[in-house]
Amino acid sequence: MQGGAAGSAYRGRTASIGFAHGPLVRVDAGAGGERVAGTLVEEALALRKAIDLASGQIADLAASAGGEAAQILEFQVALLEDEDLIEQIFASIGEGRPADVAWRSTLDEQIAEYNAAADEYLQARSSDLADLRDRVVHILRGDEGEPLKIPSGGVVCADDLPPSRFLEIDWSGGGGLALLHGSPTSHVAMLARARGIPMVVQLGAIPDAGATALLDGEGATLELDPSAEQVRIFEKRRESHRKSRASARAILRRPTASWRGEHIKLLINIQRVDDLEHADAQYADGIGLMRTEFLLAGHSELPDEETQFQAYDAVLRWAGQRPVTIRTFDAGGDKPVPGFTFDGEANPFLGVRGLRLCLARPEIFAVQLRALARAAVRGNLKVMFPMVTSADELEAGRKLFADVVQRLQADGIAAMLPELGIMVEVPAAALAVSSFKASFFSIGSNDLAQYVLACDRSNGALAPLMDPLHPAVLELISRTAEHGRRAGVSVSLCGDMAGDPRCLPALLNCGLRELSVNASALAQIKQTIDRLSSGGGVG
Amino acid sequence: MLDRADGQIFTGNVRLVHAVGMHARPAVKLTKLAKKFQAQISVRVAGAPEWINAKSVAKIMAMRAAHGSTIEIKASGSDAEAAVAALVDLVASDFPDGAG
Repeated sequence: MQGGAAGSAYRGRTASIGFAHGPLVRVDAGAGGERVAGTLVEEALALRKAIDLASGQIADLAASAGGEAAQILEFQVALLEDEDLIEQIFASIGEGRPADVAWRSTLDEQIAEYNAAADEYLQARSSDLADLRDRVVHILRGDEGEPLKIPSGGVVCADDLPPSRFLEIDWSGGGGLALLHGSPTSHVAMLARARGIPMVVQLGAIPDAGATALLDGEGATLELDPSAEQVRIFEKRRESHRKSRASARAILRRPTASWRGEHIKLLINIQRVDDLEHADAQYADGIGLMRTEFLLAGHSELPDEETQFQAYDAVLRWAGQRPVTIRTFDAGGDKPVPGFTFDGEANPFLGVRGLRLCLARPEIFAVQLRALARAAVRGNLKVMFPMVTSADELEAGRKLFADVVQRLQADGIAAMLPELGIMVEVPAAALAVSSFKASFFSIGSNDLAQYVLACDRSNGALAPLMDPLHPAVLELISRTAEHGRRAGVSVSLCGDMAGDPRCLPALLNCGLRELSVNASALAQIKQTIDRLSSGGGVG
Repeated sequence: MLDRADGQIFTGNVRLVHAVGMHARPAVKLTKLAKKFQAQISVRVAGAPEWINAKSVAKIMAMRAAHGSTIEIKASGSDAEAAVAALVDLVASDFPDGAG
């Protein structure tokens, strides 16, 4: 060990794994110089100019970054185009405040509101607002347009780093990101994971000194001015990481989730093919629920077989060996589709919806089944029926499906009958789960809770009663999981509960070992399971 | 789903099926689409005391409409009827890409 601050190590939280060894580069939000305010008119003009300039800069960044980054930045552009928000700031200038003060205080109010939200998603968005706030403040203070100069492989250290600044840095030579604050669910963390840039957040206070840094995204450590010994150990870890990564390329971020020694399968729900572009989707164990209603939306006609086949095939190709569970059309209820669903039902949630509707419209259902039967030969496809009440319905669906397969094969078209399962969302199905000859079960906890609790999910007045952790709901989940365990049939849960960390202990205790969540919730759920497994709380 | 109210006001209700609720992406799409219309358009989570300008992304985000909540839309002005229909369709179809 060397003396002084040399060799000091700091621990934070992992936001993106990987290793970086390079010069430490401090990036400050930059308080900047004070600006001298002009007249009311000059201040208003200065702000207008700064907003236009910022808008242009962000649009340029979005255009060059593309993909997910562009979508993240689009929110910032929309804020700049929000007349209600901007008018409020001009009004504040009208009351005599300098442009930068007026801008900053309005944005700070918004940021505080986001930070106060119970919702982690909204909290994470506050750094987008801070990004925008700082960009415009910089422009107003005349220190815009200086892109960060980061030496190749440098470890960037900042309080927090906004997405647009991340994108301005040239990461082609590697490097890493060490944040004193920040969050693993922030946009910049998503970008870092997508780019494979190691990132550690919440490092707390670190001294101003330091020339060289070792950043270990996996161990969530930052070592400053390391000794030769520290470097040696670090390089050894990096090498073993590189090796393990090469051998298990699929698991980029963390080992598979497990709880009390049991493997927990984490799958993702997708609403459309594009959802697979989410940076975290690749870490899923498969797709637990692919909704197909998007095929019914926004078109004047119902989708033809080829359109459907292309969508299913794209998802199967993406998944490779991993299982893909596609749910047949779940229309009706609150999802009316012209030309498909029945009009004028007094109580559509208890009406002809889900599989009931598909069986009532066999000519429409057959098109979907044909597309699915053709897709089944292309990957690990499972098909599930929604809103099933009795075993006869499953068998009726199976018969239609088998007929479709037979006809396709007779015509010399490659097709097969995939594994068939059902959604468990009608209480009757949960109670009589053993009567279904299904290859798997997927608990649709949203509808199940709605039906068990007799509460319309969309009725805000019932929100306090609409508790998915009600003992009656958990009882049905337990029974379904127990049946699956005894019968050797997989049981997963794909409702909102699976993506809610507060529900996880109950779900695991009910015996569930497969959960399907939105890609955006995957990291958090994985982390929560880890924490629960090591005896911690839901955090 | 649309009902013609008295005079020039058109209204609609639609359930928010988007998995994460009215967050950044859907909020941006909703306001972008709303801005394509001349009409004055307001939205609120069913039963909320205040109507919110559908063209303000900051306010739409602050509305914090959760997954499964019902969004009420009302509009007045020359293209109000089309505006309500388009917004209902956007939310009902779960904010497809390319829309808005």
